[in-house]
Amino acid sequence: MKINERFYPILATVSVLALLYGYGIYEHRAFSDSYVLGNLLTDNAFLIITAVGMTFVILSGGIDLSVGSMIAFVGVLIAELVTGFGFHPLAAVAVALAIGTAFGAFMGLIVAKFDIQPFIVTLAGMFFLRGICFVINLDSVPIDHPFVSAVGDFKLPLPGRGWLSASALLMLATVMVGILIAHYTRFGRNVYAIGGDRHSAQLLGIPVEYTLIRVYALSGFFSALAGVVFAFYTASAYPLAATGVELDAIAAVVIGGTLLTGGMGFIAGTFFGGMIMGVIQILIAFDGSLNSWWTKIMIGALLFGFIVLQRVITRSFSGMRAEVQTA
Amino acid sequence: MADMTQPVLSVRGVGKTFPGVKALQGVDFDLAPGEIHALLGENGAGKSTLIKVITGVHPRDEGEVLLEGRVIAPEHPGEAQSLGISTVFQEVNLIPTLSVAENLMLERQVRRGGLIAWKQTAVQAREALKTLGLDIDVNRALGAYSVAVQQLVAIARAVSLDARVLILDEPTASLDSDEIQTLFRIMRELKAKGLGIIFVTHFLDQVYAVTDRITVLRNGRRVGTFVTAELDRVDLINQMLGRELAEVSAHRHRDGEQYRGLTHRIQVEGLGRKRMLNPVSLDLSGGEILGLAGLLGSGRTELSELIFGVHKADSGRVLLDGEPVSLRSPRHAIRAGVGLCPEDRKQDGIVAELSVRENIMLALQGRRGWLRPIPRGEQQALAEDMIAALGIATPDSEKPVGQLSGGNQQKVVLARWLVSKPVFLLLDEPTRGIDVGAHADIIQLIKTLCSEGLALLVASSELEEIVAFADRVAVMRDREKVSELSGDEITQNNIIEAIAQ
Repeated sequence: MKINERFYPILATVSVLALLYGYGIYEHRAFSDSYVLGNLLTDNAFLIITAVGMTFVILSGGIDLSVGSMIAFVGVLIAELVTGFGFHPLAAVAVALAIGTAFGAFMGLIVAKFDIQPFIVTLAGMFFLRGICFVINLDSVPIDHPFVSAVGDFKLPLPGRGWLSASALLMLATVMVGILIAHYTRFGRNVYAIGGDRHSAQLLGIPVEYTLIRVYALSGFFSALAGVVFAFYTASAYPLAATGVELDAIAAVVIGGTLLTGGMGFIAGTFFGGMIMGVIQILIAFDGSLNSWWTKIMIGALLFGFIVLQRVITRSFSGMRAEVQTA
Repeated sequence: MADMTQPVLSVRGVGKTFPGVKALQGVDFDLAPGEIHALLGENGAGKSTLIKVITGVHPRDEGEVLLEGRVIAPEHPGEAQSLGISTVFQEVNLIPTLSVAENLMLERQVRRGGLIAWKQTAVQAREALKTLGLDIDVNRALGAYSVAVQQLVAIARAVSLDARVLILDEPTASLDSDEIQTLFRIMRELKAKGLGIIFVTHFLDQVYAVTDRITVLRNGRRVGTFVTAELDRVDLINQMLGRELAEVSAHRHRDGEQYRGLTHRIQVEGLGRKRMLNPVSLDLSGGEILGLAGLLGSGRTELSELIFGVHKADSGRVLLDGEPVSLRSPRHAIRAGVGLCPEDRKQDGIVAELSVRENIMLALQGRRGWLRPIPRGEQQALAEDMIAALGIATPDSEKPVGQLSGGNQQKVVLARWLVSKPVFLLLDEPTRGIDVGAHADIIQLIKTLCSEGLALLVASSELEEIVAFADRVAVMRDREKVSELSGDEITQNNIIEAIAQ
């Protein structure tokens, strides 16, 4: 049976991940230990959660640059609520998630109602949230609470020496939920439709504006959730935390095979894309002779490859259409 | 006929104005249940606008739309669709990156427990296609299929929506004759089920093959509604193109021959491009106006675009005073002294954000090359000369062209060519969408240009206009030149007969 052309990018992503992981196991015996896998899932949890939200935004044909600032903002907010106001961490988390979602919806409202490029709207959001961090707190502060330590200590053992942390489990759950929303709800399919062709989506009777608002709200929610994971993971908050994470998240989405212009891609691909970035990092750490900036070089090279691959695949679509239209 | 029953859809006195253009004025239209109703008119007659008003793409400015006697005002096509008005638009408005099944089932996927049940959804999609006799893999991306298949999928979607009114806006443009027969069969089946179908097309054969009644629009107004079987082809073309059969004998019966050799001579020899235009030959000289008549899609626009180098011709050549002109790009054409006022003024003619002065300077500057800028003072003087000479209604030369009316925009485009002093000017529908006053100005301008020794090729769907100013008329049909009229032969009747043959 012929494999559907829509699956080519994600197949490429999975192959790259398998190759990198295989190379790691071949070069370093310790790589095959579940300890590495557990760490990989934990260390990249906040990035992948952010990237799941970003996938929806990119699928809709937009971009969200505010997610890195959102992560820092949520951390600073939780620290302030827990240590300053004596909130229980769970209550603080609820407040943070609500604010994150509302802020995302607000940006979505501007994008949809005023038809402004998401790039500039979320750039404003990025500056705004980063600024607010410094209004709340100028320094790095610890989040001291028994509940936070308890969550940090939680370990679900894996076969071997490794374990799954609470962050890793939450991340895996997020990916599952993301897949369900993207592929099994009308909202998810409408996001694909809008990214595929916004004008046509409108004519097909899809509520374009409402869907876009929900897309940015969803990204706000997921990046706030990533902020929660990040805050619990580091047990501290710092206004300059997660600088540039928005770009890492975009890279994970694109390496995961989602078309940057929207309409095509998979949440699962984003998961694998985030994992690839993590594996590269670990490979370079294991190697020892390369400095950590080689991570960026590798990711840059991969991005080049994936962008070209996407172009080739979309061209096979549009080429066909163009040919018939001039007839 | 179903005339005596209550119409399923009624349009009453609908008007719609866009900046500079009155797209619809007081249009009435009735669609009976179980009827296929053709909506005809030349480009810009208002067909598309009427459909967009009915389906809620554009809000109407005046009048009302009634669906089964109740006034409706859908705000977007989705709402019209849920009211029972399904539309298949001119271009395939589906999502190429989604699967065929998804395109058919968007917003109405089968759900179990809140989640989409893909298997059942695909089954329903396949059933929807089966009614059209289309058997394709519904899980492949829509974009992987030909435009014809995509169009059929769009129709399948519209049909499966429990519609009471189905609007088909030029759905046959990309279909081959078998596919068209399939479409007609489906249309007849739907008609038998009591659907009202509005069918927009510019193929008259199709109108006579499948429709019950015809409504003709021209310049945003309804010309009339006719029973198809009682209206013959010549009358129909008459309704679409001319106001009445009465001859306007204002045209200048001149003999083109007397100008030959005196000024520039332009020869178009067998110019054509596969699937666009069969080879066409023309011969005209400075001081002569060659009219180009024909229905929409007859190849009028294509001919001008080939001469101007917008598309590359794959056969033939153009000679200016015996010297071949490079047709590689509009840039080369401009250098050689050819100018084009395009049909779609907004899209291809003006740069809306730039000022009147800047728009007028574009071609002249293009001719000189960007290394030799035209001094500002000179620009100003030229622009003001033109504004005065053509009577462009603008407070000053710095107003953005986009804010002027259609007629004044057209004058700016003409001014652009006048300052760059071409020897051969192509005008594609120079008076479309222009109000009556400016209309006369433009015609006058065309005559003046001609008397100054320019060679003009003017394509127009307004027969009266062509008869009034052309020295000779080339008649186009089915992408080729079918006849050429000159002198006393130039009458509306003769042109219509040449088109209708």
